[in-house]
Amino acid sequence: MIMGTLQMIVRRLGLGVFVMWGCVTLIFVIVRLAPGDQATVALGPDATAAEVEAARERLGLDDPLPLQYLSYIGRVLALDFGDSYRLGQPAMDAVLDRFPSTLQLALAAMAIAVVFGLILGCIAGGRPNGPVDRAMSAVAISLQSFPTFWVGIMLILFFALNLRVLPSAGSGSLSHLVLPAVTLALPQIAIVARLTRSSLAESMQEAYVQTARSKGLTEPQVLVGHALKNSLIPVVTIIGLQTGVLLGGSVVVENVFAWPGLGSLIVDSVSARDYSVVQAAALLIAAVVVVLNLLADLTYARLDPRIRVEATG
Amino acid sequence: MTDTALAEHAAGAPQPQPAAFHGPRRAHPIRRALRYIPHAIIAVYVIVAAVGPLLVDYDPLATSVLDRLLSPGSTTSDGSTAWLGTDGVGRDILAQIIMGTRTSMVIAVLTVAVAGAFGVIVGLIAGYVGGWADASIARVIDILVAFPGILLAIVIAGLFRPGILIVVIALSAVGWIGFARVVRGAAMSLRERDWVNAARVMAVPRRSILGRHVLPFVAGPVVAMATLEFALVVLAEAGLSFLGIGLPSTSVSWGQTVAGGKEYLEIAWWISAFPGIALAVLVICVGLVGDQLTARYGGRRT
Repeated sequence: MIMGTLQMIVRRLGLGVFVMWGCVTLIFVIVRLAPGDQATVALGPDATAAEVEAARERLGLDDPLPLQYLSYIGRVLALDFGDSYRLGQPAMDAVLDRFPSTLQLALAAMAIAVVFGLILGCIAGGRPNGPVDRAMSAVAISLQSFPTFWVGIMLILFFALNLRVLPSAGSGSLSHLVLPAVTLALPQIAIVARLTRSSLAESMQEAYVQTARSKGLTEPQVLVGHALKNSLIPVVTIIGLQTGVLLGGSVVVENVFAWPGLGSLIVDSVSARDYSVVQAAALLIAAVVVVLNLLADLTYARLDPRIRVEATG
Repeated sequence: MTDTALAEHAAGAPQPQPAAFHGPRRAHPIRRALRYIPHAIIAVYVIVAAVGPLLVDYDPLATSVLDRLLSPGSTTSDGSTAWLGTDGVGRDILAQIIMGTRTSMVIAVLTVAVAGAFGVIVGLIAGYVGGWADASIARVIDILVAFPGILLAIVIAGLFRPGILIVVIALSAVGWIGFARVVRGAAMSLRERDWVNAARVMAVPRRSILGRHVLPFVAGPVVAMATLEFALVVLAEAGLSFLGIGLPSTSVSWGQTVAGGKEYLEIAWWISAFPGIALAVLVICVGLVGDQLTARYGGRRT
């Protein structure tokens, strides 16, 4: 059993390393394929031909592609993505400066999504196909169908401009965090609620729930004490997987609320063709997603003994 | 391992509704008719996208100082009515929504076609050939899903020259994965069916087996997947346009109109509000139709 778990961890780690290599390669290919020359972009339109040539030399852009690729891998391993010409600092530093803000936003959104998703999912799943369950389904569809940037703007309109209870943009205090976090969380609430609901509805059919009922426990006791525990397994997993989605969603939401995180940095850098920052930011996010997926896999195996048995066999 | 990677569906996708949401099996005639409301609304969008731009006279570059920020229903300087108001430079919002409908529909249809075709081919290879082909495709998917979908689209669409084509490519880059997963699952089970075995025994070339004996049976799940993907693409395209990435500034799209209204939010809420509603109604209807199809064909079976 222990051998099986260890083997699985090693295999997952190997896959994680492979995926990171793939991400680095993919970004290299995209940046190489993109039109426009990094040297020209960095120097601006006024640069002379000689200056551009010198910059190309320095960046190694005239080397054969395989050589460029190898030296790129080498630099990535040393976390050296070059300097941002726009910000005048190493690209990785710029990205790491912004990362805590994005993390704060994503974690707040995830917390909101889990709390409300679980509550709504329990209400709906406790009595599957009842009127509450159906109403909840309709709400869930709507939450996932409105574009997040639009929801964010409407929340600004209502809470910041009409009611004037929350700030519309910026960061620095807890009240600044509320609107962006809620905007980011709304589609996730729907996902967590739906998953909890279906997982709970399934558990309610199980024999041990019948046993709990026949012991004379009240319905809420059965729900929380017996059915919910097993229903949580897929929910825990989705939290890990959805955090990556949240990081992606934060790119859009941060731009709505002028939240000074990685997302607004990425959009600004893409528009300014600041390749080094785009690469550093994209790879950091990919690394976070890979690590989170790894953790989700391992948590899943830990919570559900059936997975462990499969891994051994 | 392969199964974990492939079974974990794009989690952001609208999940199919439980069958019970659509009512009991033998539904009342009125309930049955109600099920086709989404179809009817989608038809309206298609008609608007097809003929709307011919009927409205809209110039994205024209400005009319007199007609700035008119509220919905007011009369413009040339005597017509701005039913949904005007924006910061006096352009009609309803006209922008109509033009944006075409932009969204064209991009979504093209993206679903490109991503669908590619995903179906890849899925057939993974599911039917299996072995190392299946394993390498699974690894490629592992790599792609490490980037949140919208991030990869932003990077691709942002670094290349703006245009519809690059938006379609950027959105297809991850859009094919859902199709590949669905088709792979179906192809794996179809491979073992009698008529496929019979064809193999009769030395029918592999390409003909795939085309004639496997492909027709994955059509249902693929159509179901295509509707769900369509909804996601409409949302993603609007997100890109909102960020000012992908489409040239001369094009008209819902995301751009919403973004343009943000600075006038306090005095002219209608600029940002209406395009978002138009978009959400389309996405909801497409999602409902997709759920009906999924319930019928089991498109999420992987």
